[in-house]
Amino acid sequence: MRKTQSILPGFGPALGYTLTYISLVLLIPLAMVFLKTLTMSWETFWRTVTDPRVLASYRLSFLASFLGASINGIFGLLLAWVLVRYRFPGQRIIDALLDLPFAMPTAVAGIALTTLYSANGWFGRYLENVGIKVAYTPLGVVVALTFIGLPFVVRTIQPVLQDLDKEYEEAAASLGASRWQTFSRVIFPALVPSWLTGFALAFARALGEYGSVVFISGNMPMRTEITPLLIRTKLEQFDYTGATAIALVMMIISFILLLIINLLQNWNRRRMASH
Amino acid sequence: MKGKIGLLFALILVLTLGLVSVSAADRPITLLNVSYDPTRELYQDYNAAFVKYWKAKTGQTVTIQQSHGGSGSQARAVIDGLEADVVTLALAYDIDAIVEKAKLIPAQWQKRLPDNSAPYTSTIVFLVRKGNPKNIKDWDDLVKPGITVITPNPKTSGGARWNYLAAWGYALKKNGNNQQKAQEFVTKLFKNVPVLDSGARGSTNTFVQRGIGDVLLAWENEAFLALNELGKDKFEIIVPSISILAEPPVTIVDKVVDKRGTRKLAEEYLKYLYSREGQEIVARNYYRPRLKSVAEKYETQFPKVKLFTIDEVFGGWQKAQTIHFNDGGIFDKIYQAK
Repeated sequence: MRKTQSILPGFGPALGYTLTYISLVLLIPLAMVFLKTLTMSWETFWRTVTDPRVLASYRLSFLASFLGASINGIFGLLLAWVLVRYRFPGQRIIDALLDLPFAMPTAVAGIALTTLYSANGWFGRYLENVGIKVAYTPLGVVVALTFIGLPFVVRTIQPVLQDLDKEYEEAAASLGASRWQTFSRVIFPALVPSWLTGFALAFARALGEYGSVVFISGNMPMRTEITPLLIRTKLEQFDYTGATAIALVMMIISFILLLIINLLQNWNRRRMASH
Repeated sequence: MKGKIGLLFALILVLTLGLVSVSAADRPITLLNVSYDPTRELYQDYNAAFVKYWKAKTGQTVTIQQSHGGSGSQARAVIDGLEADVVTLALAYDIDAIVEKAKLIPAQWQKRLPDNSAPYTSTIVFLVRKGNPKNIKDWDDLVKPGITVITPNPKTSGGARWNYLAAWGYALKKNGNNQQKAQEFVTKLFKNVPVLDSGARGSTNTFVQRGIGDVLLAWENEAFLALNELGKDKFEIIVPSISILAEPPVTIVDKVVDKRGTRKLAEEYLKYLYSREGQEIVARNYYRPRLKSVAEKYETQFPKVKLFTIDEVFGGWQKAQTIHFNDGGIFDKIYQAK
C-alpha cells in the first residue's frame, strides 16, 4: 500500500485513539453478547428467540417504539418550530424543561405516568369513562416510550431550523408559493435529515427502555411484555445465554433498522444535492 | 497538540487508578451482607446490635455494609464478582445458583446452620381493604369471579414465587394431592390478576397507591410494614387457613471470606441471628422467630396458621423452579394456553 499524506495532520493518532475508544466502550461489550450467545447450540438458540412469548414481545417492543417515535416525529417538529420561530413568555423555561426526560430516572417517570393514567388517576379516570384504558395496556407502553423519546426530535431539528435562512421562504413567497407549498417544498426538505436522525434516536432509545415501561405495562405475558423484560426474566432464571440470545436478535434487528434510516438519509442528501 | 492529548489520557488514567486505590487504602474491618429488598429494616436494626456485640466481645470495630435488591439480581451480582461476605436471600434457589454458577459456596451449605440455614421465617398472607368489603377469608375466595388479585410476576420476583406455590400447595391439600386440580386452581387465580408487577414493592404500590385490586398477596412482614406505614384504618391482614412456610436462607460466601480473612466474623454474624437478641430483633421486624421462647413472647403478633414447607410439597426449590417457573414451565402454560 502506498502511503498517502492527508492534508489534515494527525490522522494516524486520531484514528488510533478513536479505534481504541470505540473498542473499549462499544465493540468489546457488544462482542461479549456475541460470544456468550455462541455457546448455545443452534437449535436452543432458535427455540429461545422464536418462543411465542418472545415473538409477542418483539411485536410490542418494535411497534410501540415505532409509534412513540412517530408521535414524537410529528409533535417534536411542531415543538421545535414553535420554539425557534416564535417568541413568547416562558419560552426559555419550556426549552429547558424539554430535556427533563433525559435526566429523570426512568422509574420515576414510569411511576408518575402510571399514577396519571391508572383507573383512579387524573387522566385515567376520564379516559376510563369513555372506554379507553391506558395503564396496563399496550397503549400505556406507547405513552411511556413517547415520554422518554420527546427530546430527541426537538433537539435535532432545532439547530437546523435556526440556521435556515428566512430568505428562502421569502423567495418562495415572492415566487407565488402558498404557505403550505413553502413548508412542504422548501422548509421540510431541509429538515428531513435531522428529522430522520431524531426519529432514529427516539426509536432506538425506546427499544432499549426498561425502567419506565415495566411500571405502566402491567407485564402480562403475551400481551404487555416488552423484550427487555423477557431478558430480565431469563436472567432471573440464571439463563445468561438465553438472555444474550434475545438481546442479540434485538440488536441485529435494531441495527438493520437504524442502517436503513441512515441509508435513507444519505439517499435524501444526494437527491437534495443533485437538485 | 498530540502531547496535550497524551497528557489528558494520562490524567484520566491516574484519576481512575486513584479512585480504585483510595477504596483499598483505608480499610477497617468491614463485612458486606448482600440481601434482598424487604429485609432493609431488619438488618438496619440487627447490624447496629451486632456491631455492639462484636465490640464487647473482641474489642474490634466492624462496619457492616448492606446491599439490597431483588433476590435474583443480588445473587447474579455475587456470581459476577460482588464480594459479599454473607448472603441473606429470599430463596435457597438463588444461593444454589451461586453454588452452581460461581462455585463460591460448597453444595452442602444449607446443612451448616440450624433450621435449613433460615434463622427466621415468614409466610404468605392476604392484605385486603378495611372492613374486608369482598369478604375474603381463604384461598377459595381468590378464584371467585369478580375478585381481582394483585401479585407480582413469578418470573421476575422471588416473593411472587412463594405466592404461587402457597396457592398451589393449598389446592393440592384440598384436592387430595391432585396436580391437575391444583393447576386448574392456580390458573383460575391468575385469571383474576390484572397486573403483574416485576417486584413485590411494585405490587404493594399498585394495590395501595393505585387502589387496584381487592386483595394483595404478600409476605407477612411486608403486610405488617404496609399496615404500619399506610395506616391500620385503610387495610387489614387476612390469614388464610393454610399457607407456605417461607424460609429465607443465609450463608457465608466461603471463597470471599477466605480471601478477605473475614470467616470468623462472618460466621459469628450469622450465628448471632439465632441468639435470643437476634431473634428478638427478627420478631420486632415482623419475621417469625425460630427460638421457642421468643416465639411465645410474640405469639399474639403472629396468628396461628397451618404451614407446609417447599420440601414437603414440591421436593425443594430446584424442582419447583424447573417444573413451575422456568421457560416452558407450568406458569408459562397458564398464559400461553389462552
